[in-house]
Amino acid sequence: MLYLELIIQGLIQGSTYAIIAVGLTLIYGLLRVLHVAHAGLFTLGAYLGVVLTNQTGSLAAGILLAALASGIAGIAIYRLVYEPVLSRPPYVALIASIGLYIGMEELFRLVFGPFGLTFKAVPLQDVVVVAGVYLRTCQIVTVVTNIILLGLLAWIAQKTRIGTGWRATVDDPQISACFGIDPIRVRYMVFFTGSALAAVAGVLVALLSNLVEPTMGAVPSYKSLAIIVLGGLGNVMGTLIASLVLGIIEAFGTIYIGDLMDRDAIAFAFLIVVLMIKPTGLFASR
Amino acid sequence: MGLYEISLATVIGINIILAVGLNLITGYCGQISLGHAAFYGIGAYTVALLSKMGWPIYLTLGAGFVLAGIVGAVIGLASLRVKEDFLAIVTMGVAFLFVGIVRQQEFLGGEMGIAGIPSHGMDKLTYLFLVLIFAGIAIAFSWHVKRSWMGYAFDAVADDEQTARVLGVDVKAYKITAFAMGTALAGLAGGLYAYYTRFIIPDTFGFIQSITILSMVAVGGIGSIFGVVAATVILTLMPEFFRFINDYKLLLYGVLLFSVMRFAPEGLAGFFKLLIPKKEA
Repeated sequence: MLYLELIIQGLIQGSTYAIIAVGLTLIYGLLRVLHVAHAGLFTLGAYLGVVLTNQTGSLAAGILLAALASGIAGIAIYRLVYEPVLSRPPYVALIASIGLYIGMEELFRLVFGPFGLTFKAVPLQDVVVVAGVYLRTCQIVTVVTNIILLGLLAWIAQKTRIGTGWRATVDDPQISACFGIDPIRVRYMVFFTGSALAAVAGVLVALLSNLVEPTMGAVPSYKSLAIIVLGGLGNVMGTLIASLVLGIIEAFGTIYIGDLMDRDAIAFAFLIVVLMIKPTGLFASR
Repeated sequence: MGLYEISLATVIGINIILAVGLNLITGYCGQISLGHAAFYGIGAYTVALLSKMGWPIYLTLGAGFVLAGIVGAVIGLASLRVKEDFLAIVTMGVAFLFVGIVRQQEFLGGEMGIAGIPSHGMDKLTYLFLVLIFAGIAIAFSWHVKRSWMGYAFDAVADDEQTARVLGVDVKAYKITAFAMGTALAGLAGGLYAYYTRFIIPDTFGFIQSITILSMVAVGGIGSIFGVVAATVILTLMPEFFRFINDYKLLLYGVLLFSVMRFAPEGLAGFFKLLIPKKEA
């Protein structure tokens, strides 16, 4: 029973990682940029979600508006930060992104206060029993939402004209430009989608713990970098699997080797072991 | 000098050793490391434990130096397996791993850290001189490396590994050497820090510290000794200057880091290059 519970906890955590990391890996696949500030948009989404839900009284409205705003902020970050430094060595964009993330974290602290915000009336907290495991509705909603969104993303990427354009641009930006795909528009769309997904994840995490803090993005930001590397940088399917695997490994690890190292260290120990065995991640991008 | 200036100058000296060490790895040899603070921590914890066992100061400092260098060489092995962005993430993992492990160890004091580290037995001004002498040696050493045959080999590795290999440069050996030297310096800095504060906690050596060191190197201009030292002094003093706007200190720091990369990616060294035209073409 403990195993089942750990696996379920792992999957809840893992599906949240997945939805944060998928945007990150899309952005990496397109621009070769390690977008640390992605977690800033995750935090932004969480704050907006809580504030707007408290204002409007509707969680759905809160999530939608937060996703929209974060998506636009994502585009702005691309335009103002990454586009001008794309021709520089990769560490330039990385350090700029870290600087931006530190700045965002501080901005949240100054605007929303250091102690965090909570929902006025926390939605979806009823307890249900599934296969003998006690779950809160919000945990189920989290997993279901994540699966739906990822499914939707997969459908867009595989079946629609927009998705074809994305994939073509990732494969070869110049050739796809020759076929009339505007690479800049593709970048905008990828940043919008990825950032909106991160915002949704932010609201869901806020729902799970009923707390948003300025520093809530710190751990996901670095851990999602680990995940996209595990998944083979730029590989979407690999990222999804790596997220779930990492969620489960953390759940088990905290029980069995928690005395040796903490949760974050377990994630990175796993990452380092995998990379030493297979330097391109679990699933190489191509 | 008052006590305040002395302690500030000591911190600057320690940070210079850290930054110069990372500059050997990232600047000269082109291997990005986001885990430099872990080696700083290894040095500090080694010194803390050994000095509490009664070892004299130069032996403990030496032990921290050597141990950090050995662990660094092992991490250097990782740079043979993974490159660029992958290496950045692996070294970031090292940063989290170090803190994550130390936190859970009883004998390292866990979350609470180690207090009551014995005194270095000098007055504060003498200790400052000791730190500055070590910083001077680190600068001189890295200047010497840059001018030596090894410096050219590092350059070749940083520039284009494949070509360097074809030209007969032993890429593997140079990468590991760079890691060993840079991390040993971080270990020394950690030891000096442990004697300076006489109280250490794991969070001091976390990822944020790694980023702070990397930003000193990047703001200074990757690879330039003068730029790196100048940036270290500026970035260490900056929070003190901005003390009156304490709440906005980190915000400014983030904005500065971001703006330098965005508007002057070559850092301070880039400015100097503009000011002083090179003699030979």
